[in-house]
Amino acid sequence: MKTTRSAFIAGFRDQAPGILGNVPFALITGAAASAAGVDPWLALGMSIIMFAGAAQLAAISLMAEHAPGAIVVLTVLIVNLRMMMYSAAMAPYFRHTPVARKWLFSYLLTDHTFALITTKFNKQKPPRHLDAYYFGATGTMWLVWQAGMAIGIFAGAQVPAKWSLDFAIPLVFLSLVLPAMHTRSHWAAAIAAATAAAFCASLPLRLGLIAGAVTGVIVGMCFERLAAAKTGSRA
Amino acid sequence: MIDWNGWFTIICAGVVTLGLRASFIVLPADAKVPGWLLESLKYVAAAVLPALIAPDVLFRDAPPGEWLNVYRTTAAVVAALFALKTRSIFGTLAIGMATLWLLKWWGPL
Repeated sequence: MKTTRSAFIAGFRDQAPGILGNVPFALITGAAASAAGVDPWLALGMSIIMFAGAAQLAAISLMAEHAPGAIVVLTVLIVNLRMMMYSAAMAPYFRHTPVARKWLFSYLLTDHTFALITTKFNKQKPPRHLDAYYFGATGTMWLVWQAGMAIGIFAGAQVPAKWSLDFAIPLVFLSLVLPAMHTRSHWAAAIAAATAAAFCASLPLRLGLIAGAVTGVIVGMCFERLAAAKTGSRA
Repeated sequence: MIDWNGWFTIICAGVVTLGLRASFIVLPADAKVPGWLLESLKYVAAAVLPALIAPDVLFRDAPPGEWLNVYRTTAAVVAALFALKTRSIFGTLAIGMATLWLLKWWGPL
């Protein structure tokens, strides 16, 4: 990472496994939009405006049911709430970045990038050319995501359903969430959220997702308090 | 015909998404953030992602008359164990898909 150019390439190289994992995700999200009867330009516009796969997928399934717009936005808020945590973790790295670039970098922030940067670099002393590295990691991810979406939308459901390619989506989420299980409280939150979401899976308007997320966060916080009370110190 | 309602919805969704992503990055370094917010954010990813995963793995495409999709659940457990061991995104994807295909091709159900 001696020059901006080599930093850009290093960012791209380190992000490559994540980009590759996102290809089926993007194709499926695009295909899901056309299968759901969402206008192709609206689906592509959504992808460019939001650039957030899990939230796009949730929004598409709600729009297919003709859910009220407010419910779509609320669900997007819940699904993307984790971005706020990523934002808090990334903030120290971009302390000296110009404001306009901070907004651009925020727009480009995803799960993979958060995981990559926070595990690879020390936030106390971020490396020189981190901006170029970040742009190499996220810009390429953006391009591949939008291209995959466009192919998925316009090629439609050409991939045979029996390939079960949609199973790639929970697998990508699994590979993202498991390394984030730092403490027992995190496990408690995850198990509670999964259980509540499963029990509420038949609720309309994907309310099971909201129920699961809220349950998980509350259980995680309570578990932390209980563990702290037991040991007499903050976990 | 332009779907104004749909475009308004996705623009609002985009503004919300950008706001969440930018929140702490554009905030001044000395800004005060309430403690309860930071405390609950710690568990957001740990809660939201499993809430997305669980119904998708357990119930989707379950065979007629069954409530559980045994193949998807088994493949997800195998992939999860692999992910815990290796932390490899691509490896997790490959192992999970391979397990599901093997079960569908060779399994008894």
